[in-house]
Amino acid sequence: MNLDQIIACPVCDALHHDQDVKKHSTAKCARCGTVLAAPKSGAMTRIAMLSLTALILLIAAACFPFLALEAQGFSHRASVLDTVMAFSSGPMAPLSLATGFLIVLLPAARYCALIYTLAPMAIGWRPAPQAARVYTWAERLKPWAMAEIFIIGVAVALVKVSGLARVELGPAFWAFAALLVVTILTDSAICRLTVRKTLKIRSSGQSEI
Amino acid sequence: MEPPENSQQYLTAAEAGLVGCRACGTVAPRGTRVCPCCQSRLELSETASLQRVWAWLIAGLIAYIPANIYPMLRTVTFGRASENTLMGGILELLHHGSYGVAFIVFFASIVIPIAKFLAIAFLALSVRKPPTLDTHGRLLLYEVVEFIGRWSMIDVFVVAILTALVQLDFAAAISPGIAAVSFALSVAFTMLAAQSFDPRLMWLAEKRDES
Repeated sequence: MNLDQIIACPVCDALHHDQDVKKHSTAKCARCGTVLAAPKSGAMTRIAMLSLTALILLIAAACFPFLALEAQGFSHRASVLDTVMAFSSGPMAPLSLATGFLIVLLPAARYCALIYTLAPMAIGWRPAPQAARVYTWAERLKPWAMAEIFIIGVAVALVKVSGLARVELGPAFWAFAALLVVTILTDSAICRLTVRKTLKIRSSGQSEI
Repeated sequence: MEPPENSQQYLTAAEAGLVGCRACGTVAPRGTRVCPCCQSRLELSETASLQRVWAWLIAGLIAYIPANIYPMLRTVTFGRASENTLMGGILELLHHGSYGVAFIVFFASIVIPIAKFLAIAFLALSVRKPPTLDTHGRLLLYEVVEFIGRWSMIDVFVVAILTALVQLDFAAAISPGIAAVSFALSVAFTMLAAQSFDPRLMWLAEKRDES
């Protein structure tokens, strides 16, 4: 039997014949129910555009003013960079580095990887060189890209200080809030195995799935 | 996509002398080290997977102890310094009357980490011993643990934001405590423990128990 025509469920290892699935329908593993294919028309374009949006929002969040605090005549501004550098003094410096990676660098890297893999396919080109490997990295980075968790942390922190001081929200705050929505939309649009299959088919030279 | 012939007895890649890729579903002959499609490492080894799960889990557990003992935040207000541990911060929130936020922080930094330690240990044990929860139930548990684990990082971010924001010279200044580091490590280690767990082992064990 040709190994190209069977796939193993990534969760329970059951073998399935890899058939073409109709657009907007979902194929699930018969044994454990994991989604094996969920092709949607324009999914590649949607994911690529959402990733680009997220990347722009992330850059905006890192550059624009973030939060400002005012109380009893004192005021203080904090940028996202200040937040990252919060642990930078003393023995906690590595945590600053980690925070920078978790909330800015890794999400940015993940979106770059998604754009690199999916944008050429969205406009009907052949996948870029090493696209499959880059996509693997995008998947691996996913749990470590915590920009959307950061914004919830901001909300909690704001409640903590709102009692004792007036807080001013800068454009970077709203960029992060929008990023939360865009991240959820992106993640729900991605079907791992469908992206894989499309990558495989497009790389082998056929133009349409 | 249809299951092969007999829908009750599913043939797995391992039984067919193949190895499936956890990242993309591609099958390759057993012994292949790297997935030909996506270059992920291919392996289905109970010992290797469980050893990694236990190692990360124990590391996470150890890091969680100082996270609770040492101060998370150090606040200086008009020259008076006070230190807050994880639990102390939650009590203070309750004191201020913000029950909703206190609940979120309590959930993210106490309930989720402890539930996660228990859940991962239960999953890892259930591969070797006859389980009390069926495989579908455990799969759901695994998915919840993988999804929710990273949200515990909220607390570390709260400390970072408070430190960056509350720097009002004499009136109030907040600096991070060492517990932030151990808490961040604990969350990262448990995330790695969850990622090291191979859900296919549960299904392998199910079949082994039946036969």
